[in-house]
Amino acid sequence: MILTDTEKAMLDGEGGKARQKAMALLVRYAEALGAERFVDTRNVAGVPGSASPFLQNYYAGKDADGLDAIFSYFDLDSDELVEIPAALVPTYHLQGGADPRHWQTLGVKVEVFRSYQEREAFAASHDVGILKTCTPYLAGNVPAKGEHCAWMESSAVIFANSVLGARTNTEGRESTSAAMLTGKIPDWGLHRAECRYGTHRIDVQVPVESVMDWGMLGYFVGDMVQERIPVIAGPFARPEIVRLKHFGAAASSSGGVEMYHLVGVTPEAPSIEDAFGPNTPQATFVYGKAEQQRVYDQLNANASDPNVDFVMLGCPHAALDQLREAATLLAGTRVSSNCHLWIFTSRAVDAEARRLGYVKTITDAGGVVLTDTCSAFAQALPPGTKVAALDSAKQAHYLPAILGVQAWFGSTRDCIEAARTGRWSVDRP
Amino acid sequence: MKATSTSVTIVLRGRGVVGGRAEGEALVTRQTIPGWGGVNPQQGAITETRHELRGQSFKDKVLVFRGAKGSSGWSAMYHTARLAGTAPRALVFNEMTTKVALGAVVMRVPSVTDLDQDPLEVIETGDWVRVDGDLGVVEIVKKVEK
Repeated sequence: MILTDTEKAMLDGEGGKARQKAMALLVRYAEALGAERFVDTRNVAGVPGSASPFLQNYYAGKDADGLDAIFSYFDLDSDELVEIPAALVPTYHLQGGADPRHWQTLGVKVEVFRSYQEREAFAASHDVGILKTCTPYLAGNVPAKGEHCAWMESSAVIFANSVLGARTNTEGRESTSAAMLTGKIPDWGLHRAECRYGTHRIDVQVPVESVMDWGMLGYFVGDMVQERIPVIAGPFARPEIVRLKHFGAAASSSGGVEMYHLVGVTPEAPSIEDAFGPNTPQATFVYGKAEQQRVYDQLNANASDPNVDFVMLGCPHAALDQLREAATLLAGTRVSSNCHLWIFTSRAVDAEARRLGYVKTITDAGGVVLTDTCSAFAQALPPGTKVAALDSAKQAHYLPAILGVQAWFGSTRDCIEAARTGRWSVDRP
Repeated sequence: MKATSTSVTIVLRGRGVVGGRAEGEALVTRQTIPGWGGVNPQQGAITETRHELRGQSFKDKVLVFRGAKGSSGWSAMYHTARLAGTAPRALVFNEMTTKVALGAVVMRVPSVTDLDQDPLEVIETGDWVRVDGDLGVVEIVKKVEK
């Protein structure tokens, strides 16, 4: 490792013990990667100081002299309890475990909810912006092209790299918390220009238009290329932010895609040649009618019961326009008494949706708009749920595996219709 | 005649990722290993629906695998496994990513990658494996039936 004088000083403890522990952890991490230096970052998105019930319990009684055991021992992987200073660089908290208004709806126990509030207060008191969303880019943290970031949350990482042209690897809990205190992250992988070129080509030969279409294409792409960098070419209409959000979330769930190029759309792919740079495509995959059908069937593979108990929208967290769409579809109607409708979003988008009356329309129809979390993350379903309907390929990937329910996948309109009738009545296309 | 067994030792050389030495029984998968949403750290078990190791425990094993996949919660899950006492004793893997690098560091177990032969071809579940993360050496002891 080549360390700058500032980095050496931090490692020697000149910036205090916590910064020293953070730097030591980053050096261990960089050496494990085989990185030779750090880049500076002023944009961190993580979950500093947060704790699952297991961690709460594990570290109970280990705080001493006002020092925080969870941040010291877990976030910094330190063997010593140290005093944690405020964030050195702008840092934001991603999604968390419970909605502050509707935690009881989620079935969260009061003591667990109180502990989440305490952990949030800890982060806030260290100058961490409490965005509490998997979509920081819809809630005020929008990095610029070329900006080095240290982000967690695979759906946010793929959006930052691909759509915004910012540079981040998929960081973890400990590396983002260490970056928060040092403004450093290993110069490895997607921070380096030569690692951002495409490796595989996807030829789209079927119309891809709706949000659902883009989610399905993303799920196909992730399955094909795993953690490589796909270049997607084809005659598709320019997708806007919601379509890109669903595409990326799906590609980072079925595979580990952290970056993609949409030819003519994303900033590092004005042409196919630019997207591949010096690379020769390792393989080309065609996405035609048969492939689209296969993805649809995969995403609906475990559903057979048409009686839908639960409809969940907002994975990744709903954009304002998605709440407008839901409100429009629900205006003057009612969610079936046999069904629950939960829509997840960020606090920022929720506040604007309240001002615009969307939340009232959805609530009047019997739906609930929640913030901070989602069903998969909070492991929360309405009591007795057996069959869910989802408009997100990512949620359809995780929810049956995590909570053992059946899941139908379809369009937002299909899902709202299922919420109104309590039935999945979509014909297999 | 009664069968007797003897053993042969194979040595692979690569790059140490996390230092230290450990040994144990190999648990091998050609698949990438999930983190959040696909593993139960309190039980040390893989839970992902379609994974070939589903339901199997990696506690005290030398985990031999292709690489890490899935959510950015990978390191925190295996870090939690360390606290719960269910972590593997050592890691041997092929594909370097930020997830597996950070996970190995906070699990604090000897880890080696970039080996001169594919460990997935050489090591079988049940082999006894010694991992030296300082030197980047992996020794595999195979029982041979006579």
